[in-house]
Amino acid sequence: MAGGFVYNAVDQTEISTSEIYGKALADIILRDPKVVAITADLAKSTKLGDVLKVCPERVINVGIAEQDMFGVAAGMAKAGMIPFLSGFSAFTSMRACDQLHTDICYQNVNAKVIATHAGTSFGQAGSTHHAIVDLAITRAMPNLTVIVPADGFETANAVNAAYENFGPYYIRINRGFDRVLYENMDYGFQVGKAVEVHAGTDITVIACGSCVFQAREAANFLDNADGLKVRVLNMHTIKPIDKEAILKAIQDTRRIITVEDHSVIGGLGSAVAEVMAEAGKGCAFKMLGHQDRFAPIGLHEDIMSEVGIDANGIIDAVREVMGKDFELDDDWDDEV
Amino acid sequence: MYELTKAEWLALEKKAYALRQLTLQTTVWAGSGHLGGGLSILDLLTVLYHKYLRIKVEDPQWEDRDRFILSKGHAAIAYAPVLCDKGFNPMEMLKTFNLSGSKMGMHLDSNKVVGVDASTGSLGHGASIAAGTALAARLMGKDYLTYIATGDGELGEGSNWEGFMTMNHYKLSNCIVFIDRNHCMIDGPTEEVMQLEPLADKMTAFGFHTLVVDGNNIGALCGAIDEAIARSKEPCAPTCVLMDTKKGAGVKSIEGDYLWHYGAIDDTLFEKFNRELEEDYKARCARAEKEGK
Repeated sequence: MAGGFVYNAVDQTEISTSEIYGKALADIILRDPKVVAITADLAKSTKLGDVLKVCPERVINVGIAEQDMFGVAAGMAKAGMIPFLSGFSAFTSMRACDQLHTDICYQNVNAKVIATHAGTSFGQAGSTHHAIVDLAITRAMPNLTVIVPADGFETANAVNAAYENFGPYYIRINRGFDRVLYENMDYGFQVGKAVEVHAGTDITVIACGSCVFQAREAANFLDNADGLKVRVLNMHTIKPIDKEAILKAIQDTRRIITVEDHSVIGGLGSAVAEVMAEAGKGCAFKMLGHQDRFAPIGLHEDIMSEVGIDANGIIDAVREVMGKDFELDDDWDDEV
Repeated sequence: MYELTKAEWLALEKKAYALRQLTLQTTVWAGSGHLGGGLSILDLLTVLYHKYLRIKVEDPQWEDRDRFILSKGHAAIAYAPVLCDKGFNPMEMLKTFNLSGSKMGMHLDSNKVVGVDASTGSLGHGASIAAGTALAARLMGKDYLTYIATGDGELGEGSNWEGFMTMNHYKLSNCIVFIDRNHCMIDGPTEEVMQLEPLADKMTAFGFHTLVVDGNNIGALCGAIDEAIARSKEPCAPTCVLMDTKKGAGVKSIEGDYLWHYGAIDDTLFEKFNRELEEDYKARCARAEKEGK
């Protein structure tokens, strides 16, 4: 970990994930005069408070105008600065989609998008403020690295990595507090490399964002209750996807479940399925996530439960997939 | 009578004439092109690249260079000749315009064509990018200027107005906006397809110091740019130069005809258009003699 910002477990329980982003960015801004924060009337909501404290002149607010925010960022990056844009995921991916595609990715500028209020983490705001298609959109954009941190520690790591590496980044973080997955920042975060957070050989659950903690909870439970050894991979980088880890999971466990707070169309599940299909290696497979429908209104945890992407949903899915054989015979009826 | 000297005006007319010929030639090489909107903005491109822009051909990425952002990216059929003639790219590259495998497509890619400051083509993007380069100049204490040119039909894209608001809010007088008001868009005259008027009032209401000039009169255009540059020294309301132009300017038989937004020219038309260009050039020289200082 080369970045200067380090925070501890106490911080993580007392400050939200986006506040950690704000702290990490404030640290970077103090170190590098080329770095600038841009927001579209969401300086407070996206927790740029710490940046405002240390360097208010390098927080540019363009008002409620996401398209403008991306264009301005592209212009600044073209002029040699390193802009960090922050806004709600729903709007950074959809309202400014053309600008993200053309101004940021096509021009391949050194701009970093911090997409907050990811998935259904702003659950009570309803589907206008849910982002369940943003990974499908951003994953398809050339030059863009897409990261979904699982907690505050990982958010700090992702922000530092985005700063240290040239090129456009899309980092998708939740509103409010995330369940704490890691004990500190030093667990070997590396862009494009999945992290195993629970060892196992019976089945692999590949998750991202808030679903990683849930998957580990499920794995712990299944170990105790069913004696199942569930491997849980934190696939924090959606693009470039860690093909090696997926192929190893196919090889070792022959059963894979993906879990994401996103549509099952175009997100993490699709990315894993693509690797699997291209490898030509069959595997029992199930995708958990939003099943091609808009999410209900409610608290994030209630929506996750309803959609089946919390620990209970994952436990049910594991038991279902474990009950189905995968074998190299001529009988296709018993396969998932 | 304009401030521009007759000698300088005539030299710029000569360059504009050569670039119009080259634009016609490029259209022939490419098979077809956005001729109308290319010719309407060609006088601006000529004066920027041959009088105003602080750039170094030998160091195209010079960080203190003035920026030019062609928001109406489809005018590449005229912009590419300007960049090649200036020496940023080999002239031979023009022969590949639009062809498979070429670095030059219908809309220029800033990562492929030297001298291009932004990859445009999707309309309504330039204003915000320009606001960004101008803001960056302020934050980094640099004195380069940003010039940005939009089309008129393009202003239907709401994103332009977001960019204009940012320019005004941050008093980006180091950013000079040009609107190529050629009165045409693909489907017809702008006022029939989607009303833009009163456009000057709109720009003024958005906080701009608005200058309405004949954008196909080099003397008038230079006068407006001189004023905009004079105002760029201190942060204040940015200048908008609303250029009244003619689609297809310089080729009489297509001037003002929206159907020439995009078109192909065969040998017969090429000869005819070149004869008309020559006539136009003579008239322009006479005007320079009369109105120049």
